[in-house]
Formats: sequence, structure tokens, C-alpha cells
Amino acid sequence: MPEMTYRDALNLALKEEMRRDPTVVTWGEDVALYEGSFKVTRGLLAEFGEERVKDTPISENTIIGVAIGAAMGGLRPIAELMTVNFALLAMDQLINHMTKIRYMFGGQVNLPMVVRAPGGGGSQLAAQHSQSLETFFMHAPGMHVLVPATPADARGLLKSAIRDNNPVMFLEHELLYNSKGEVPEDPEFTVPLGKAEVKREGKDVTIVAYSRMTVLALAAADTLAKEGIFCEVVDLRSLAPLDTETFVVSARKTGRAVVVEECWRTAGLGGHLASLIYEGCFDSLRAPVRRVSGLDVPMPYSRKLERLCIPQEEDIVAAVKETLKAQY
Amino acid sequence: MPVNVIESLTVKRLEILDPQGNADEGLLPPLPEEEIMRMYELLVLSRAFDERALSLQREGRIGTYPSILGQEASQVGSALAIARGDRVFPSFRETGVQIALGYPIHLLLQYWGGDERGLRTPDGLNIFPICVSVGTHLPHAVGAALAARIRREQCAVIAYFGDGATSKGDFHEGFNMAGVFGLPVVFICQNNQWAISVPVERQTAAGTLARKAWAYGFEGVQVDGNDVFAVYRATSEALAKARQGGGPTFIECHTYRVADHTTADDASRYRSAAEVAEWRKRDPLLRLRLFMERKGLWTEEDEKNAWQRARTTVDDAVKEAESAPPPEPEELFQYARATLSPRQQRQLKEIAERGVRNAE
Ligand SMILES: Cc1ncc(C[n+]2csc(CCOP(=O)(O)OP(=O)(O)O)c2C)c(N)n1
Ligand SMILES: [Mg+2]
Repeated sequence: MPEMTYRDALNLALKEEMRRDPTVVTWGEDVALYEGSFKVTRGLLAEFGEERVKDTPISENTIIGVAIGAAMGGLRPIAELMTVNFALLAMDQLINHMTKIRYMFGGQVNLPMVVRAPGGGGSQLAAQHSQSLETFFMHAPGMHVLVPATPADARGLLKSAIRDNNPVMFLEHELLYNSKGEVPEDPEFTVPLGKAEVKREGKDVTIVAYSRMTVLALAAADTLAKEGIFCEVVDLRSLAPLDTETFVVSARKTGRAVVVEECWRTAGLGGHLASLIYEGCFDSLRAPVRRVSGLDVPMPYSRKLERLCIPQEEDIVAAVKETLKAQY
Repeated sequence: MPVNVIESLTVKRLEILDPQGNADEGLLPPLPEEEIMRMYELLVLSRAFDERALSLQREGRIGTYPSILGQEASQVGSALAIARGDRVFPSFRETGVQIALGYPIHLLLQYWGGDERGLRTPDGLNIFPICVSVGTHLPHAVGAALAARIRREQCAVIAYFGDGATSKGDFHEGFNMAGVFGLPVVFICQNNQWAISVPVERQTAAGTLARKAWAYGFEGVQVDGNDVFAVYRATSEALAKARQGGGPTFIECHTYRVADHTTADDASRYRSAAEVAEWRKRDPLLRLRLFMERKGLWTEEDEKNAWQRARTTVDDAVKEAESAPPPEPEELFQYARATLSPRQQRQLKEIAERGVRNAE
């Protein structure tokens, strides 16, 4: 299998789906001429032309609203938000309309649209531009929320998202764009929506993670393996729908679980994951479920303080060791 | 029944000083000679700061920085019209405004170096924090103007933003509410022709930005944004009108972003060198200097000294900014809320004492 970056894998998925289906179109701020602030839309304008690849004015709520209208009008739009932080300016269209129109029409219309949004912290972009908002989206019924961690999943999930008839929030991590991994060559390669993947098998502790946190969890598992502690790493890939089965089965096997989230701890998705683990395998648990989360503060601008806020590999290692100390 | 014209639109453009340094004496604002020279020194200081910030960024000593090159007259000219009690809402490209209002330069460098402590505005300066989100501060400015009116304060509010911000709902809703309430606010748009890679013609189909104000019931004017006298005059008049209860004004400063969008950008990928060269000929510093030379206010020697002083000021500021001690973990939480939640207190204790984030 060829190696490619997460960025190139996304770019390939966009090109393949636009070639395959002439109703697939894309727009957003600086996506056409500039080829995206993270260069994910490289080459699209040149290949597909201005009608299908558009730069919009700086109007986030309308970028999403127009995608909703176009999806109802028979297209498969992919709207790019320059970063997920600007989704907050489009929250009415995303939550009040995108996730509800199908329901309010009694199923007469579908919204086959994708909203792509880079996000996450760690690039020293300060309080308003470093957020992890995944919990906000998964809270609202009516959309899929996808969070790929590897180039292969990025490509496979984006292709599935574009083909799917539901609205999809597709969350890319800014620090993953340059990461490399093997990606299957088959042009029909897709990853099913709503399926987690066991990225590493182990017997001692289950680590549940997503997006960049999966990469950290795998690194922590490597470190721990050298000390004779074997972790099973479940990569969620999709937060909605959520594949509860896969991580519950894993936690039942190991009897111990650590859930990792990049977002704020308070009302973060880790609490939800923990409750599902308790519900699904209470009798098999041998320790309380541990959460690794971001600190409950706005992201600082300072490099030094920013690092203190974002979960690190060593936090996962520490949490795994904590769960091993407990004995129910 | 005949079709009657019931409204028609005219948009004025104000120009006082041309690129060769010739002024329309009838329109010249009544500034004493020392004030004109101070204006020029502030233009030089702004540019000296900008040059230094760009080189510090290249050396990895500060982070991403948005240059103001070419926009100095729009910034210094408008800032010098601001009175002490007025409130200022900058966007992220207003270094020249901040410098002209006396914001400490070392704090600006500290901020762009990735340290929020640089945003703590010294007492006596009513400058709100830099707003990196495009246009989202316009409603705040309108609210501050409403507060000033209700509290019977004799001040005006001034808000800065770019051409790209005129596409935002915040712009339209903020303008509309300012118009409906007749509030003391001056909106200054630096139309620098570009919003990252999107030219202004792709941002709006309207021929000028100034005309947008008319739809909200107040005046919009365009000024030559590279003409410090025109900017100063238009802003002084608009602020005076606002303070006297005359309502809002919109000023479009027609200017140009000579540099890249930020240090993370490469503008040569999307615009021509010829366009940039054309605008460089309209340099805002040069025309004021030519004017002063013609008036016998300025010599080659003065020019050298002004740059010398500006560079020394910036050098000192760099030293001061770089000698600031790094922030401590306590600062993470210190300003997050007026009172911390119990969970935040536990998190602070854990991170400060043990360096771990996993406090429940
Ligand atoms: C709400 C929002 N959307 C998008 C961005 C990303 N962004 C930062 S600056 C910019 C262009 C702004 O252009 P303009 O308003 O003309 O100001 P200029 O940069 O030219 O000073 C964009 C799109 C942002 N910061 N905030
Ligand atoms: Mg602009």
C-alpha cells in the first residue's frame, strides 16, 4: 500500500468523488484559488472549474445555509469551514436547520451534504482558534460526526460521507495533516460510517480515543508495552453514530478503561463514553473508568501554557497506571 | 402611473494630499506644524515596528504576524482623531492605531510573541483586545456606544475592520442597530483590497463599501486611505458628529495590503507583482514627507533622525518584551472566570503541583 499524508488522502477522496459524481460541489473561504488554508482542496479549481469549486465571501452562517439549500436542490455540497471555530458562527444553520429539516419535512427531503472543518489545539492559535468542539455536534441528533485519526480513515470516511444521504460534520485535526500512513489503492475503498476500529490489541486496559488522541493513545500503548502493560486501543472514527459495541466488548475483556478526549472535561464526550462503559460492562469492570481530557480553561496563546492544557501521551500513560492500581 | 425615482445614492470620496505631496489647501485640516511632524513620526514608528516584527517572525522570535505595510496612514490618521474618552475596538491589523494611541510597544511584541499578557491594556487607554475573529467585534462596539449614551458619557466609539468583514452578518446587524438607535459610533473599514486570497470584487458586488451605510440610514464616505490628512479629517468630523448626538458614520479607507496577509501567507500565489508595484507608488509615508519638505518643515537630516529614534524605540521594546518572565500555570486559570469552579480549582492544583491534567 502506498504511504500518503492525511492531507493528500483527503484531497484524493475529494477528487475521486468529484470525478465520480458531477453533483458533488465544494465551497468555502479561500478554498478555490488559494486551495484551502490547509491545502486540502489543492488542484480542485484547476480540475473542476469555478462552477463546482467556489470561493465564498466571509459569511460562515450563509456558507452552511447555502449548502443546505443546495442539498435540498439536488446537489451534494461539501462546505469547508476554514476552522471548526467558525462553526460557532453557523450554529443556527448547523443545529437548527441542517439537523432538523429532514425531520420537519417528514423525510421528504434528504440533506446529502458534508461540512469539513479543521480543528483542535496545539498550533498556538490562542483561545478562539484552538477549540475541540466535537461534543457540541454529537449532542444534536440528525447529523453524523466523523473524526478520522489516520490517512486511510480520512480517505475512506470522507468518501463514505460524500456518498451518504445524511448531513455529516467531518472534523479534521490540524496537527494530523502532515502525518503519514498507508492508504489502500482501490478507488472504491471506503470506510463504513459508525464503525470503530481496534487499532491495537491488548489484554490489560482498553483505551478509547478518536482523532489526534488516537495517535497519542497508540504512542502511550507502545511506551506501556515496554513495561509489560498491554493496552487495547479503540479508535472511534465516528462519534455519531457511535459504535458502542466495539469499545464495550473491549472493556469487558480487559476490565479496565481509559477514555481520552481533547475537548474540555466538563460535559465532554468522555463522560458519555464512561457512562456507556458502565452500562455495558459494569460487572466486568475491575477499576473505575478514567478520563483524560483538556483542562477547563480557554486555550492559552503561550506555547508553554498551551501544552499544559492539551492531553499528552504521559497523561494517558499515567491514567492507565492509575486504573491498574485499583482492584474491584 | 409614472415611475418616480424616490431615492438615489451619491457616495463622496475625500482626497487632500496626492502621491506627489501636493495638498488641497482648502481641505487641509487645521493642524499645527508640530502636530504634522508628530503625525509623520508616528507613521515612521509604525513602519519601523512593522519591519522589525516581520524580521522577528522570520527569526522565530514572535509568532504569526499581520503586517500593516501600506496602511499606516489609515491607522495613524484615524487614531490621531480619537479623543481620550473614546473607546476603540480594533481588529487584528491595527498596530498603527495602537502605537499612535500610545499602547506600549513592548506589550504589542509580547502579544504577537504568543503571550496574552500583552493584551492587558494599561489604565487610561480605552482600547479593547485585538479581535482575530473577522467582524465579530462590531456588535460589541455598538453595545459600547449604547452604554455611553445611556450613561450620558460624552464619548464616541470607533471600530476597525477589513473589507472582508463587510460580508459578515455581524457587520450588517451591527450597522443596522447602530442606525436604528442613532448611536455614537464610527465604523472604519480599511479596504485593503484583499481578504487573504479573495479580492474585494469577489467579496461584494457593490461598487464601493461606503455605499453600504446608506442602506442602514447613515452616511458612508470613501477616503483615500493612503492620505493621512483625508483620513484624519474624515475621522475627526465623524467622531465629533457622534459625540454631539449626530449618530453613526461609516468611513471606507481605500488602501492596500502591500505585504502578505500574514507571515503564514504567500500573496505572490494569487496576485500580480505589477498590482503591488502600482500601490507602492502611492506610499502613505512618502507623500507626507514630500509635503513637509515642500513646506520647509523637514530635511534629509530630520528624516534620518526620525528613523533613528523610531528604531531605537523599537529596539528597546524588543528587549523589554523578551525579558518578560514566562507565564506560570496559575495564569491558565487566573482569568478564566471571576471565581473558579471546584473542578477548576482541583485542576489548577494538580497541574501546578504535579503537572498532570487528570484531576476529576
Ligand atoms: C469569523 C472568521 N472567519 C474567518 C476567519 C479567517 N480569516 C482571518 S483574516 C481573514 C480575512 C480578513 O479579511 P479583511 O476583513 O479584509 O481584513 P484584512 O486581513 O485584509 O485586514 C479571514 C478569512 C476569521 N478569523 N474569522
Ligand atoms: Mg482586507
